[in-house]
Amino acid sequence: MTDATSGNGSGNGATTASGPLTLTKKDFTSDQEVRWCPGCGDYAILAAVQSFMPSLGVPPHQTVFISGIGCSGRFTYYMDTYGMHGIHGRAPAIATGLATSRRDLSVWVVTGDGDALSIGGNHLIHALRRNVNLKILMFNNQIYGLTKGQYSPTSEEGKVTKSTPFGSLDHPFNPVALALGAEGAFVARTIDNDRAHMTEVLKAAAEHKGAAFIEIYQNCNVFNDGAFDALRDKAAGAVHNQIRIEHGRPVVFDSGERCVRVGPNGRLEIAPTADTPEEQIVVHDAHSDDPTLAFQLAHLSSRPTTPTPIGVFRSIDRPVYGDAMDAQVEAATDRLGKGDLAKLLTGGDTWVVK
Amino acid sequence: MTPKTVEERERVVVRFAGDSGDGMQLTGDRFTSATAVLGNDLATLPDFPAEIRAPAGTLAGVSAFQIHFASRDITTPGDRPNVLVAMNPAALKTNLSSLERGGILIVNEDAFIDRNLEKAGYKVNPLDDGSLESYQVFRVPMTTITVRATEGLEITKKDAERSKNMFALGLVSWMFGRPTDVTERWIEAKFAGKEDIKQANLQAFKAGYNFGETTELFANSYEVKPFEAQPGLYRNVSGATALSWGLIAASVRSGLPLFYASYPITPASELLHELSRRKNFGVRTLQAEDEIAAAGAALGAAFGGSLGVTGTSGPGLDLKTETIGLAVMLELPMIIVDVMRAGPSTGMPTKTEAADLLQAMYGRHGESPLPVVAAATPSDCFDTAIEAARIAVKYRTPVILLSDTFLGNSSEPWLLPDVDTLPTIEPNFAEGPNTPDGFMRYLRDGNGAPPWALPGTPGLEHRIGGLEKDDAGNISYDAANHERMTQLRAAKVAGIANDIPELEVDDGDDRAELLVLGWGSTFGAIRAAVRRARSNGAKVAGAHLRHLNPLPRNIGEVLRRYPKVLVPEMNTGQLQKVLRAEFLVDVQGYHRVTGHPILAEELEEEIMRRLS
Repeated sequence: MTDATSGNGSGNGATTASGPLTLTKKDFTSDQEVRWCPGCGDYAILAAVQSFMPSLGVPPHQTVFISGIGCSGRFTYYMDTYGMHGIHGRAPAIATGLATSRRDLSVWVVTGDGDALSIGGNHLIHALRRNVNLKILMFNNQIYGLTKGQYSPTSEEGKVTKSTPFGSLDHPFNPVALALGAEGAFVARTIDNDRAHMTEVLKAAAEHKGAAFIEIYQNCNVFNDGAFDALRDKAAGAVHNQIRIEHGRPVVFDSGERCVRVGPNGRLEIAPTADTPEEQIVVHDAHSDDPTLAFQLAHLSSRPTTPTPIGVFRSIDRPVYGDAMDAQVEAATDRLGKGDLAKLLTGGDTWVVK
Repeated sequence: MTPKTVEERERVVVRFAGDSGDGMQLTGDRFTSATAVLGNDLATLPDFPAEIRAPAGTLAGVSAFQIHFASRDITTPGDRPNVLVAMNPAALKTNLSSLERGGILIVNEDAFIDRNLEKAGYKVNPLDDGSLESYQVFRVPMTTITVRATEGLEITKKDAERSKNMFALGLVSWMFGRPTDVTERWIEAKFAGKEDIKQANLQAFKAGYNFGETTELFANSYEVKPFEAQPGLYRNVSGATALSWGLIAASVRSGLPLFYASYPITPASELLHELSRRKNFGVRTLQAEDEIAAAGAALGAAFGGSLGVTGTSGPGLDLKTETIGLAVMLELPMIIVDVMRAGPSTGMPTKTEAADLLQAMYGRHGESPLPVVAAATPSDCFDTAIEAARIAVKYRTPVILLSDTFLGNSSEPWLLPDVDTLPTIEPNFAEGPNTPDGFMRYLRDGNGAPPWALPGTPGLEHRIGGLEKDDAGNISYDAANHERMTQLRAAKVAGIANDIPELEVDDGDDRAELLVLGWGSTFGAIRAAVRRARSNGAKVAGAHLRHLNPLPRNIGEVLRRYPKVLVPEMNTGQLQKVLRAEFLVDVQGYHRVTGHPILAEELEEEIMRRLS
């Protein structure tokens, strides 16, 4: 990795200025050796993203990946796009400056549960609130991997780790609920080993104008192996536990055997489809301005060890921060005229000394 | 009516003091405008409490504004007022000790009632107990006259009373022959649409002016003739405004759009306020969720090709530190403005200090040198901002620009530059690969600076980050590479010494025995003190540093040229420590951390003491 002659900005043949682009996965794959632990869920996410990016039609030179610190932070080095591996938790803040001042770019943030929800929690919620045009991929493995296995803000209570030998006392975050609570306009969840589902969610996120938050359940096979088996492992019954939510579709799962319905107290509950009148089955509405249903779905399971929704929880249109910022600049320029430095300095009370 | 005499004065210091709610800053500001238009040289010093509204009438709630104006060149807001306007007992109590003996004291007699006297801690009314015998005391029932002058207007008694600051302004304007049209025009514009309030303020102002002219109380007025300054067009400017405009000028002269991200903090918020009004210059401003985000967003914008700037004060600089370290590693242009205030911690947020120098120079983990520049006067904030941008862009580095509360809030006349003569800044973005084998992010130019390749440029896709890199931009844990990169980053910053002016010394006959060397806002006090000491026969020289890192290349030689070197600072000896460490010269210090600027008077005494 220290070969001084190779250059990490190798460029690629796809970035011609004219004519339609024929982009491939190769165009988004850098020459860097990937160095996550063998078996890490990050490999599957990287492959899925590299394969997906060409479909957007945005050339690599107009694409930027910005990451924080943690295993997920290395992601930027493996994409042959522009990239910045920032500091712990701050990627959404750095990306906010870039995305708002360069609306021509496609800006992606790669982060983890520690990076986004612990040290960087403030930046995440404010990027979502402002609806900055960022696609935020949060790899949730419910553990601190790079620092070798401490509990994270998404680890379950009682989690035994090196820093919690007697069990964690912390109540975990529900990342989807947190993003919804932060006024996120696009909030989704997917799973590292389900390429098709992840691609679908990435596509929806890319199409969304503004901030998109995607929680990706990601297995850390070294420090937290199997945390998501109930949802990602066939043998562990994944097919029974994945509740795939889609806008406008009734929420049924487990090969149609079970459904989500409104219980007597207004809360959502899981019930056998056969025992539920059709009108009681919840029909997902991701486009409602009211986030209540999305919030309820986010809380359907307290942990990813029981039936858990995946898919797009919410996708609504709201003004995009960078667009609004530029609109103010344009409006001010229309109203006041293009800034003239000499006029600025000599405006107001001046006097002449002869 | 006895005709009044007009006495000529070369320079005058006036201090307006009252309760926070009395509008003293506004009064001072308006008096300053009229003084500027008249053509006096001037310098101002606002001094207000951190509380927005401290309990009315208390000592903690006193707000003051001092202005020094003269028919000759002056450099400080003045040591001791010749005239003190005290709107209540608390203002008198907190400010009387600075009034010169024999000075003019104008009090609002109406405010000297038992309740206010008690709040100020007076057992007996100082107007009656003979304690003010050594001053020329003028007791003026300002509230009463103001209320009477505004009779017939559809306003509340409270609104009428609130206009008393305009009465005080009118009275002092008469006393020093200030033009009235400037103030009247301002009142008309300020209260446009509120006819009665406007009339109340106008009538109070006129009542004050006429009171001076017609009552027997004042025997004479004073004239301070215009200063015969360098010919040209002038305006009055505060440090905060000049700094903001300097950033805009740097944006205009570089073609880089200005992106200013900040979190509200006293006293740096003024920059955010001013720049937010200037969107027609393409300025993007972001009030971030915290100090860290403000630094991050500025850096992100810089990555994209903006002039990325974040502004703050001490506590915020602490928080931005990690991001500044990242900028050192990324080698991207960025400006961090620190409007210093009294610390540590929250300290005294509205009081001045210059104790962040060592933090600016060394306050990051690892070997992370960066350029540091400091402004000397309010108008110098303009030029220093352009210089910070020039260095940041040319050398692809974060630059810390130090200002302070005193500079930010105070103002002075500014000979406006011809904008076409301002320095141009050439971004020199990378347009294509810099080697036949591709783009190498850390291949350096003749200045030791790496290329600035903007996202969106085909063929230059690359990844930067906080991890150490090799020349190509690949992550490297190689021991020799890290050592070399550390040296290259340091050499780049040190090399800027060849790109800045040598330190100029003001030493009349080249035989001074003492050099007084300053930085930052002590400029005015040092210049005045050196001048006064010289007129007393002292062999003293003065010099001032704008560039603190790197220091001018001749500074070692300058330090060794003088038998004695004195460095006055509003800290406990930070530049002194740097100079001693770097040059092994026995630099002496004069240190004050009172929250107020160092006075020329005390510095003059110190110079004489050092030379005796």
